[in-house]
Amino acid sequence: MNPSIDSKREWPLYEIFIRARGGLDHKHVGSLHACDARMAIEHARDLYTRRQEGVSIWAVRSVDITASDPQDADSLFEPARDKIYRHPTFYDIPEAVKTL
Amino acid sequence: MSALRYVLRLGDLSLVLGQRLGEWIGHAPVLEEDLGLANIALDLIGQARLLLAYAGEIEGRGRSEDEIAFFRQHSEYLNPTLVEQPNGDFGETIVRQVLIDAFQLELYERLAVSSDERLAAIAAKAVKETRYHLRYSSSWLVRLGDGTQESHARVQASLDRLWPFTVELFEEDDLDREMAEQSIAPRLADVRVGWSKRIDEVLAEATLDRPRERPYSWFGKRGQHSEHLGYILAEMQHLQRAYPGARW
Repeated sequence: MNPSIDSKREWPLYEIFIRARGGLDHKHVGSLHACDARMAIEHARDLYTRRQEGVSIWAVRSVDITASDPQDADSLFEPARDKIYRHPTFYDIPEAVKTL
Repeated sequence: MSALRYVLRLGDLSLVLGQRLGEWIGHAPVLEEDLGLANIALDLIGQARLLLAYAGEIEGRGRSEDEIAFFRQHSEYLNPTLVEQPNGDFGETIVRQVLIDAFQLELYERLAVSSDERLAAIAAKAVKETRYHLRYSSSWLVRLGDGTQESHARVQASLDRLWPFTVELFEEDDLDREMAEQSIAPRLADVRVGWSKRIDEVLAEATLDRPRERPYSWFGKRGQHSEHLGYILAEMQHLQRAYPGARW
């Protein structure tokens, strides 16, 4: 490894969220390096909206995201598996209703 | 043919600057900036296409924008000398960019109400792009100017070196006066007031000193260029001159 590259001096990582159109929610599109929030927005504009992909950008420092631990998946997500009654599938929907 | 020369001045500014910025592709300090500079370069080439195509129509000899770009000589190019200056380090490119972005923005805002409808439409489109260019370049200038001792000293030195080239931007000659009288172009004195205000604001935020005015002798906009333009044209025009009409 090149000793001149000091990983501690790299720009922080930002997670980028783009809203494709008014009314939709912001979706995660990727991450990039920037030295501050404003630069993150500008980089995101150049990287992720070149082809009119969006109308709004959110940038969040990756370190500020608290993630669930994959090892906890058993206790977090497994218990929902056998509770099918939580799905709203036990209602009779009139045939005339198309868009529900 | 005054209008033709005026439109060439605008188009050549965008073309030469776009070509210069394109030299950064693959060489910028980080990947994100590589794309940032390439986007600006492409915006400028896009502006140049519209302007040079219009110049071709005014000229009336059936030349396309490509022919005008690739088959004119050094002294037929009418861009201001500032935009042909070498990229230098990233900081010097940013300084050049701030100086010219602020100029283009003030100019395009006024050209958007030009009596020449075609020019007004091109300016109205370009003004949105240019507003972003200035946002990008000035935020970098603030970061570098108000950054470390090293970055501050380097961008201040670049500013001192490039500053004399800004004189030409506002030096009103017969062509500029004629365009202003026909309400095709704004008075350069008015553009200068707006430019100066923007530059003072960004320099203050970047903790940089505005250099003193110095005498100046290049007039690229009249075809009297620095030695650098020749190298740019040699690279840009080589393919079309070696293989006229080549397409891909």
